[in-house]
This record gives sequence, C-alpha cells and structure tokens, in this order.
Amino acid sequence: MNFNKNVGLLLGGLLWSAVQLSAPLAHAEFKVALVLDKGGRDDKSFNSAAYNGATQAKDEFKLLLKYVEAGDDNAYEALLRSFAQKNFDLIISIGVAQAEAVKKAAEKFPQKHFAIVDATVDLPNVRSLLFEEHEGSYLVGAAAALVSKSNIIGYIGGMDIPLIRRFEMGYAAGAKKINPKIKVISNFIGVTSDSWNNPAKAKELALTQFNGGADVVFAAAGASNAGLMDAAEETRKYAIGVDSNQNWIKPGRVLTSMLKRVDTAVYAACKDAFNNKFTGGVVRFGLQNKGVDYAVDQHNEKLLTPEIRKKLDQLKIEIISRKIKVPDYYTKK
Amino acid sequence: MTSADKAVPAVELRGLSKAFNGFAANTDVNLLVRPGTIHAIIGENGAGKSTAMKLLYGIHKPDKGEIRIRGETKVWKTPAEAIACGIGMVHQHFMLAGPYSALENILLGVESSASAEGRASFIPKFLRPVGRSRAIRQLDEISSQYGLKGIPWDTEVEALPVGVQQRIEILKLLYQNASILILDEPTAVLTPQETVELFMNLKKLAAEGKSILIITHKLKEVMNLSDDVTVLRGGRVVGCRRTPETNIEELAGLMVGRKVNLQVAAPPAPVLGPAVLALKNVSLKTRSVHETGMHRLNDLSFEVRSGEVVGIAGVEGNGQSELLHVLLHPLEFCKSRDGGLSGEINCLGSVTHDARRSLSTKRIRDLGVGIIPEDRHKEGLLLERSVEDNFLLGQETRKPFSVSGFISGGALRAAANVAIEKYDVRPRNLTIEAGNLSGGNQQKLIIAREFEQSPRFIIAAQPTRGVDVGAIEFIHQKILLARTAGAGVLLISSELDEILALSDRILVMYGGKIVARFQRGEATEQALGLYMGGAGSK
Amino acid sequence: MKFLERIQPLIAVIVGLALGLLITQFAGESPWHVLKVLAGSAFGSRYDIGMTLFYATPLIFTGLAVAIPFHAGLFNIGAEGQLTLGALAAAAVGIWFPNAPWPLAPLFAGLAAFSAGALWAAIPGWLRARRGSHEVITTIMLNFVAAGVASYATLYLLKNPDSQNPETMAVGAGYLLEHIKFFGDAPVNSALFLALIAAALVGVFLWRTVGGFQLRAVGQGEQAAKTAGIDPGKMRILAMCLAGGMAGLVGVAEVLGNATRFKLGFSPDYGFIGIAVALLGRNKPLGVIAAAVLFGALHKGTIDLDLETENVTRDLSLILQALIIVTVSADGLWSWMRKAKTNGGTL
Repeated sequence: MNFNKNVGLLLGGLLWSAVQLSAPLAHAEFKVALVLDKGGRDDKSFNSAAYNGATQAKDEFKLLLKYVEAGDDNAYEALLRSFAQKNFDLIISIGVAQAEAVKKAAEKFPQKHFAIVDATVDLPNVRSLLFEEHEGSYLVGAAAALVSKSNIIGYIGGMDIPLIRRFEMGYAAGAKKINPKIKVISNFIGVTSDSWNNPAKAKELALTQFNGGADVVFAAAGASNAGLMDAAEETRKYAIGVDSNQNWIKPGRVLTSMLKRVDTAVYAACKDAFNNKFTGGVVRFGLQNKGVDYAVDQHNEKLLTPEIRKKLDQLKIEIISRKIKVPDYYTKK
Repeated sequence: MTSADKAVPAVELRGLSKAFNGFAANTDVNLLVRPGTIHAIIGENGAGKSTAMKLLYGIHKPDKGEIRIRGETKVWKTPAEAIACGIGMVHQHFMLAGPYSALENILLGVESSASAEGRASFIPKFLRPVGRSRAIRQLDEISSQYGLKGIPWDTEVEALPVGVQQRIEILKLLYQNASILILDEPTAVLTPQETVELFMNLKKLAAEGKSILIITHKLKEVMNLSDDVTVLRGGRVVGCRRTPETNIEELAGLMVGRKVNLQVAAPPAPVLGPAVLALKNVSLKTRSVHETGMHRLNDLSFEVRSGEVVGIAGVEGNGQSELLHVLLHPLEFCKSRDGGLSGEINCLGSVTHDARRSLSTKRIRDLGVGIIPEDRHKEGLLLERSVEDNFLLGQETRKPFSVSGFISGGALRAAANVAIEKYDVRPRNLTIEAGNLSGGNQQKLIIAREFEQSPRFIIAAQPTRGVDVGAIEFIHQKILLARTAGAGVLLISSELDEILALSDRILVMYGGKIVARFQRGEATEQALGLYMGGAGSK
Repeated sequence: MKFLERIQPLIAVIVGLALGLLITQFAGESPWHVLKVLAGSAFGSRYDIGMTLFYATPLIFTGLAVAIPFHAGLFNIGAEGQLTLGALAAAAVGIWFPNAPWPLAPLFAGLAAFSAGALWAAIPGWLRARRGSHEVITTIMLNFVAAGVASYATLYLLKNPDSQNPETMAVGAGYLLEHIKFFGDAPVNSALFLALIAAALVGVFLWRTVGGFQLRAVGQGEQAAKTAGIDPGKMRILAMCLAGGMAGLVGVAEVLGNATRFKLGFSPDYGFIGIAVALLGRNKPLGVIAAAVLFGALHKGTIDLDLETENVTRDLSLILQALIIVTVSADGLWSWMRKAKTNGGTL
C-alpha cells in the first residue's frame, strides 16, 4: 500500500514538474560555460588544456564555471542555448565540431558572448580562437629528427581532418629541415570523432610504427595520446605529446610536447569578458605570442640537451622573423 | 477379505485440496492404496490425476488435507523427503541422462543416499567412490528378484529401446528402496509386446509387496492390470472400485460423467473412388541415419482412395513423422542439405513430388488437403492466439476471409462461430487463447478448421492423442463422416484400438518400411504388435 | 490482475525512474531537484518539447524496426546499420539530383532511404531464412560493415570540401522538410508526422492484413504456420525488409529534416535505443510511440543535468534507461513471484 502511495506521489510529481521551469541559478556572479569536445575533461590534452585555462580564470576572478561534455552532435546547440537562456555571460565551445551550433546559438542570442576554439564563426559576438599548429609542429618535428638515430620518425593523427593534417605537414617539414633524408611514417586513427578517444587503436598504430623502425612518434589525437605513451614505455622509445604539456605522463619517455595553449586562449577570453573588454573576431595564437610552443620541464630536460634546445630556439626565431616559411595545409603549401 | 484389506494402507490421501491461481485442481481427494496392490488412477485430461500424484510426491504442497504413508502423517517440503520415505515416480518422459550408461544412471540418483549403508560419512558426498562391483551385485540381485531382466549395464541409455529404458527407471527406484511406485502413463510409448512384459513385471513387484500407483487413461489396461481403481473428474474423486467388480463401460461413464459409446459402429463398406494419394517407390535417405537417429523412408508404395480410411500402425519413430513431412513439405527436401527424397508422390491428381520438381506446402494444401498434425501444440495451433485466429490459420488467403489483402473480421467471426458450434469446441468463446483450451477442445478446433474446408484428402496423425474419452468418440465420428462424404483418409496412429476401429486397410510401418498390409477384419492386435516390433514382414 | 498487467510497463517506468533518482541521492543531489531538472529540460518550453520530439522521431522508426521482426520471431539488432545506410542514401539522392523540385524530391529521397535500409536488412533476413544463420549475429556484424561503407562514401565520394567534419555535401534545397513552427527553433520537423503515419501503417499491416497475420503466425508458431502453408522464410525476409525500411526512414528525419547532409556518427545509438523502445512499448505501435517520447525526453532532459547539478551528469540518462529496461524485463520475475506464492513457496 505504502509502495503504491509513493508511486502515486512520484507520478504526480513528474507531471507537476513537467510544467515547471527549473529554477535558474540564483547567483548574480559572472558566469562562464565550457562545452567540451568528445574526449572529455580528462583527456590530458586538448580538453584538459581548455578546462585548466578556465579553472585558472575561475580561481582568479571568482567566476562561476560550468562545463559539460556533449553526448551527440545534435546536443551542442541545445546545450549552448540552455546556457544562454540561463544567462551565462561567456560560453566557450571547444572543437571544430561545434562551429555550426555556435553560429546558430550566437545568432539567436546576440547579447551573449561566445568563443570557439579551432574554428571561425564570423559573428560580432563570437571570438574565434585559432592556433598556428603547423609552427609548433615544425619545432617538435625538428626535435624528433635531432634525436632520431634510425632516421625514421612517426606521426599519429586523431581524426583525419584538415586541422590534423596541418600538424602532420608542419611536423614533417621541421624534421626534413634538420635531416632531408629522414622518413616520416604517418597514420590516422579514424574518420569519426570517436578517434579522439581511442587509446587502444593509438597504441596499436604506435607499436606498428616503433616496430617499423621509428624511434620517435608524435601524436595529435587528444585522449588517444595515452596509447602512444604506453607504447613508448613498452618499446623504450620516445613519444611527443600534444596540446597540453604531457611530459609528466611517462617521464623520460616523452621527448617533449607540442604545446597548443588552449588554456591561455580560454583564460584570456574569460579575462577579457570579465573586464568588459570582450571582442569578437579571429584571434590567432602562434609562436610569436607563445600560443604554440614546445615544452621543457624537469621531466625532459635530460632528453632535450642544451644543443638541441639551442637549435630549436634558433628555428623559433627564424620562423617568427619569417625567415623560415612553415608550410600550412590550410593554404595548400 | 484378504490380508491386504486389514493391513495399514500404504498410502492414504485424506481430503486433499489444491488450487492454482484460484482454479481448483484437486478438491477433497481421498485415496487409499492397499499394500502390495496395483492401484489405477484414471480420469480425463485435466481431471486432476497428475496434480494428486505431484502432491503425493512432494512437488506441490496441498492447500488442505493430509497425506499418510503407512499410517503416519507426512508433510513434504521437497520431493527428496518423499523419496526418502520410499516413494518413487516414473515420469511419462523418462528422467534418464542419455549419454550415460544404465549403471551410471542408476547410481547417479542414489549416490547421495549411500551414506545410509554405513560408509564413512566424513568424506563429502560427491567425492565418495562409486562402489561399482558391489552395486552391480546388488542390482543383479534386485533385478532377478523382480524379474527385470535384460538390462545391459554398460550401454549408453539413449541407445536402448524405450521398454528397457523404462525398466531402468523402475530398477533405479527399487535400488533406492522405494516401496511405493508411481507410474505416469507408462504404456504410452510401448509396443503391445512391451506393454505385456511391463504388466508382468508390475504384477510381480506387487506380489513382492510393493504398492503401485498407475496413472492412465486406457481403460483396457486398467481392467487387465489393476486391483483397485479410483476415478477422478473435475478434480474430485467420483468413484472408487475393486477392479473385478467393475467394467469398462462403467468406468468410462464415471470418467466422462455420461454414458459413452466406446464401440465405433462398424462403418458400412467403403465406396471407393479415385486415388487421392499415391506413393510410388518413395525413399528418403538422410546423410547418416545413425547420427541423427532419423529413420529413412524405405521404398514406400501405396495408395489412399477416395472414400476409405488407410491406417498406418507402428511404434513411434519408425518413419511416420518423416512420411508426414514428405507429404506436406516435399520442397524442403529438394532445397535443403537433407536431399535424397526419391520416388513419386501424387496427391489429388497432381504430382507433388517427382525427380524434377516439388510443390510448395501452400500449393499442396490448396489442392484440398486437410491435416490433423501429430503435435497439435507445435504444428496445429498458435497457442497464444485466439480461437478465432487459429480458425483462420491456413485459410487466411481465401475468400471470404481475405478481402483484397485485408482480413474480414465479420466473415471470420461468422464462420468461426458456426464451426465451433458444429464441432462442439468449448467454451464457445472466440477470443480466448487456444492454449487455454483443454486438449480435446484444441483438437476439435483443429478438426473444425480443417474439415470445414471440405478437404478431399485428410491426413490424421495421432488424432486422439492425449484427448479425453468423450472427445475421442466425437473425433472418430467426424473422421468416419468425412470418409462417407467421399474424402480419403490417411490415419497415422500408435493406438492400435483406433487403427483397428477406423481403418479399411492397415499398413504396418517398421524401420521406415511397410512390413505388413491388412484388410479390415483380418488384423488382430497381436498380429499387428508382432510386425510393429519388427518380427518380420508380410 | 488484467489491469495490472496492462499498466505494468508504466509501473516499470516509474519504478525505474524512482530507483535512478534514488541513486542521485547517493551522489549528493536532491532527487526531487534532479527530477525537476529532467522534466523541465524535456517539457519546460515549446523548444524543449520540440527537442524531445526531435529525439523521439528517429526512435519511433527504430522502435518499429525492432518491433516488426519481433512479431516474426526475429531480433533485429541491426537498426543502427540500416539507419546509417538509409540516411546515406537520402543524402546521396539529394546530392546527385540537387535540383529536384519540392514535393517530388523528399518523396524520392525517402523512397531511397527506405529501400536502402530494406535491402540492407534483407541480407540477414535471407541468411536466416535460407541458410539458418542467426540474425542476432549477422545484424550486429552488418552494423560494422554499414559504418565502413558510410565512412567510405562520406569521405571519398560525397565529402563536403568546406568542412573539417566528416560529412557529405548538402542536399538540394527542394529536399528540405519544414520545421514545425509551433516548437520554435527546435529541429523537430515533418518527419515526425511521417513516423506517426508509419506507426499507424505498421499497426494496420500487422493486425488487419493477411500478410500481417501470416507474419505474426510465423513468430508465434513456426511449425504451425508451416503446416498451414505459410513459408516462414518468406515472412522473415519480409519482416526484415519492412524493419530495415523503417530504420532507413531515420534518414529522412536526419538528413532532410535536420542536418541537410549526412554526418558520420550522427546517431547517438538510435538503433540500439530502439531495442529498448520496442521492449518498453511491448512491440505495439502505440506503445512504441509512447516509449520513444519517453526515451526522447530522457535524452533531452539529461542534457541540462550537467548544467543544473553539481554531481550528476548526462550519464544518468543511461542509468535511467538501463533501470527502466531492467524493471520492464522484470515482467517474467513478477509472474514468477506470483506463481511462487500460489504454489506455497515451493518451486
């Protein structure tokens, strides 16, 4: 009997709340929303970087930060709209898959500020955060060539899209600059967004490349990078991380990481919005403004000898001063 | 007054009642089995025989009433307790493990109670050694004491004839020291010869002091075998007789609740018309007879003519099922890997199978073939569907039921109502599920459906299996009526009484072959039984 | 008794929801709050209801795609692959004939989507009917093949050159379906009506026509149907074809109604959720519609959980779906318990 009563209560509650709008978040704080790509907050790479940047801003400016991971491609727009309706001041979308959703939501809510990483949305209230991935990749390619003894290096891309081809092209060019005869083996994990989260496949590809003679492999594959790290540890060869500083994951086996400072970009967007200085339009991050870089810390300073670092820093200066032109997949060489 | 009357009854049920979901399966059942006698329990399907035995055997718990074994009141929680008390049951479908030897099967059930023989009990039961030679010695002793001879201890059970398997079951109970044996329809799977042998064994067992309960619906067996008989109807005991003091007619009347005419009036001589079925050298080879256990059909040639009933007698599994299959689904043999159907089949003037082609089941049925299938649950009915839908099955594409692809509910209901009235399907309700009908009414529903289509050739396979006495009478009448109307009937049955009563001609099948042919009146049960057992050919 | 049986799926849903919400209590959220968020997000505004119906539309199709074969005694786990190819076919037609005029164009594309799904499903149907291969295995395997075919076609034959995402070019303007204005900007479109019509037609077919009678006869008693002259193999192939066609129509909702193109991985497992939808809907068209709306609401509702709560994420949707399925399939358990009671506890 009691059970039936409870069931009745629940059912009634369900119907009642169906017509209730859920209560809005009550604080009058500055509110930032972060919509992550597949792969999620803990990919130790791309999304992690975005989350870290936002967290830094949150701590510094006492923001209210909400982050979500989308379940399917159709959910992005609904999420963005929900955030906008709930009066979030800045909504940051991570990843190229959200471009269309951001465009629609930003048109619908012109008073709100949006930011998107890796894609261009041409609206006054959207800041497009673009990175010169080819420049950073050029440097880690050079580092790989400087360390390689076998004269074979590898590259593993996540999803086979132009963005990731751009990494590949820069990486190969950097390596060839050091050693014109070096061979670059290249593989991609897949063609769907699941590729960002498939460490098993990444490991398989990495092992194949290592067994094929490569002694340094660079992967630009989000959460899948974990597979490369495992493979490098097993075969006692070298990995190069991406986006975040991944040197700490397998100390001594990660030669360096191609830093794509999504964190800086996200932090800056939060800061500008908080200080009422938010601007729309495209913001580019390259070597010049430290938006991309290679990582040195206590985990890899023994691997990157002072000579190597000197060589890399010299290349960096030449790129910034346009002395070296790094080939860009977007502009077709 | 014999000594058995004065002795404490071996089994006494007092006022036993049991209901399932509000349906009373047993109401106030009283039963008294004298020690050392054979007690038959008879009744139509659903009369509550099995329920009463399951209560006695501890499978169900009674709602009310009392079970007394040798004068002591017992309440079982599980069958194991009943077994420990000396009660044993031989189920209709034997509970033997096929791939094990006879000896292993007997020991399987008993090992657990072996501690009673005083072996060291600190060894866990499943680890105790199987005392093989000692067991064989004991078993030899028991089997010679009760005359259960001819059991090969080391042969795999599934390779043994059914009669022997049954003997193993009984021996197993005796080895467990059972003194009260329950047998559920023990003769259903036996040849007449095997039945005679079983009865001899049972009588011997009773003479040695065992008390035997036998569930059956064959009244002739009751008269031959039992000392006492209890009749159940609708879950109640409606009669209890000393067998010598009663007769078949009285028992049948008690079972059905009205007077029953068991003697099918000898039908007038057949008016023969053209052949409705003709088989010419039909053989069916399967890849490996031994592996599949599937009997071939071996060079069958015979005819069924319009206006006659041709009976096929034989113990089940001698090719009858294959014959049915070949008649109805010849197409499957040319498509499937089990090829190897040869010869020619002609049905109602059309070749349904020859070397060049086979007709589909649909085409064959549309020629005017009606069928009462062997297994009505699987092949005859959709048990979860309504009576109405089951009536439609097989004629859904025909007028008036199909109107340009849609089913005409009105026409269907009208025709189905007429049919269930005419064929006395009870209850008169088109919407209840066929699975909820009694066996007899299910069979009547099938016959209503098939016969209402005025078939010119009828295949009736085991038409009265598991059907109560009243329905048997009805079904037999309908088959003879169809014959008089000019249909040809192929009757396949393992009930010799049925074959003898209905058939104008009788063919005996053994091992996929026709081993004997009789005209009406020529055959006797004994003669048929001999050929069915494989004793030669005629 | 009868009444209880009829509303049993409803009770199962309520019990499943209650259990799921109880779990949120352990996660440190108020179940009441979570329920409010869920309901508000799913039905709070016209837009929200529109999103719920948007998610429900493909689920009606896939629910039917599972329900139809069920009546023929088959378990179709291949709806995911069938809908993938259906959507791809719709997109291909729209790309190859971009100038087709409005009423004809979507009709043509819809036909293509239906046929592609039907043909794809006919393969396991045929294998089961004529070769005896179990459809559960073959349909699962064909899902992978379909995904491969779709990837190839998207990336090498129909690729959208202007996008980083793995998607095809857009279909011609004449193909697009109207969004239903009532629901604001929600992408719910006239494919919803197509789904409802399809459900109605399936109902009529299964319960009112000769073919449907024969199909269900095969599912309920293959031997009996065979004896009655029905070819079970033929019926199985027919059932699979219809099912595949239904799944293929998801392509109409997605490509013509929403995305304007085929996107790799657009389906958040619509094909598999369809199994749950059919199960909960008791394989009846009306039941499937109701269950599809419920699962659509869960899907939409949990989107806002991430926003509105601290500790509960959209994964709760999966937990709720799972619990509801468990409670629905506890059907057997219920009757078993009832039986156990009447048998005095011995079984």
